Amino acid sequence: MPLGRPDAALPQLSQEEILRYGRHLIIPDVGVTGQRRLKDARVLMVGAGGLGSPIGLYLAAAGVGTLGIVEFDTVAETNLQRQILHGTKDVGRKKLDSARDRIHDVNPNVKVVGYDTRLDASNALDLVRGYDLVVDGTDNFAARYLTNDACVLLGKPNVYGSIFRFEGQASVFCTKDGPCFRCLHRDPPPPGAIPSCAEGGVLGVLPGLLGTIQATEAVKLITGIGQPLVGRLLLVDALQMSFRTVKLRRDPDCPACGKRTITSLVEYTELCGLTSHADDSDVPTIEPAELEERIRRGDAIDLIDVREPNEWEIGRIDGARLAPIDRFAEALSTVDLQRDVVVYCKVGGRSARAVRQLQAAGFTRVWNLAGGIERWSEEIDPTVPRY
Amino acid sequence: MPVTVRIPTVLARAAGGQTTHEASGATVGDVVDAIAARHPGLGARLRDAEGQPYPYVVFYLDDEDIRFQRGFGTPVADGAELVVVPAIAGG
Repeated sequence: MPLGRPDAALPQLSQEEILRYGRHLIIPDVGVTGQRRLKDARVLMVGAGGLGSPIGLYLAAAGVGTLGIVEFDTVAETNLQRQILHGTKDVGRKKLDSARDRIHDVNPNVKVVGYDTRLDASNALDLVRGYDLVVDGTDNFAARYLTNDACVLLGKPNVYGSIFRFEGQASVFCTKDGPCFRCLHRDPPPPGAIPSCAEGGVLGVLPGLLGTIQATEAVKLITGIGQPLVGRLLLVDALQMSFRTVKLRRDPDCPACGKRTITSLVEYTELCGLTSHADDSDVPTIEPAELEERIRRGDAIDLIDVREPNEWEIGRIDGARLAPIDRFAEALSTVDLQRDVVVYCKVGGRSARAVRQLQAAGFTRVWNLAGGIERWSEEIDPTVPRY
Repeated sequence: MPVTVRIPTVLARAAGGQTTHEASGATVGDVVDAIAARHPGLGARLRDAEGQPYPYVVFYLDDEDIRFQRGFGTPVADGAELVVVPAIAGG
């Protein structure tokens, strides 16, 4: 069953559109009717980042009539390794603006509706309501649960994809009889349990792989062809280059689509997934300027970098030594009791954990470098590369 | 014949860098115990202090979610494949 309005209500194709979409029109399964369905379709993309890039480009090229894009972020250099909607000239611009320009270059027939906001409990239902289906290209658990719950409450299909390092997952949630994201994971993991791509990294082509799968599923749902990825979770491993599907069942006890105890949207804190930091507010910190001052006046400081060796190789603070967080327990015996200890990582999350380990081992004169090597690079030593 | 256990790369570092493991046991819980005994760091990523699975780490035995069977008590046949799928959210 295709989405959207009955055949008779679908818009006609212009001659220019017939030429442009010729390679679709000659596939019997798509044909003129399928292309008119695409033209009539309203798809909401949540996120215009790694996954959203191929999703937006392919849905635009395919002739989806209206693409809503929810995105509050601006283009950063670190996005360019994978977010192919945006180019080097766009660094510093709103992703919405750069996405709109690129999409209109691909296909000027597409109406792009931008929402310069973060998806939250106050706006999600209103945003989703006006669309036929949602493609989840977000990068954190909070937005994924919101997207899912809004889709369940409004009865809109949710084309899901997520990635980490070399692996990805995709499925189609929230169809009439299929499972939803909460049937897979009822509640978000606690902060810190799962690293984010910002911390753990991601292979640049991986969102290309998964986002293209999401775009494929969206086109199939709109045109009503094939077997959608409903009730199946596709697991992609780029290192093994293996694709497998496992069975997803609708959970009769699911609070969203089963027992329906979730009747309004639940807001999760930004901590869930956007960053993997637990609450570190009670960890003693030292400001970059103060550390620099102390190093300059020759204070005896044991400066410990708890990042991974590959990050250490990118750059480090002079005088530091390396003790990666995963094996930090082994390094505890090497910490000098006579000196003050300052630990750092990229932005301060892992080093906060190191501070706690040191405190638990009895060290009292221990500080976490606020903002990690990133702030050190910005405020003290610009020769240390940012990444 | 043992069971093949596949873990994602995100967990592999706690398991000697390997994503594929072989272990024996009568139930999924036994197989997880056997893997955890070899790789204590991995054990803590697969189950909580009470030995129960985390809600955000799903086990599929021959592509079927064990939560819809008997959880860690689900019996495993020789040659079965156990796939561990933690929640991920990157995009």
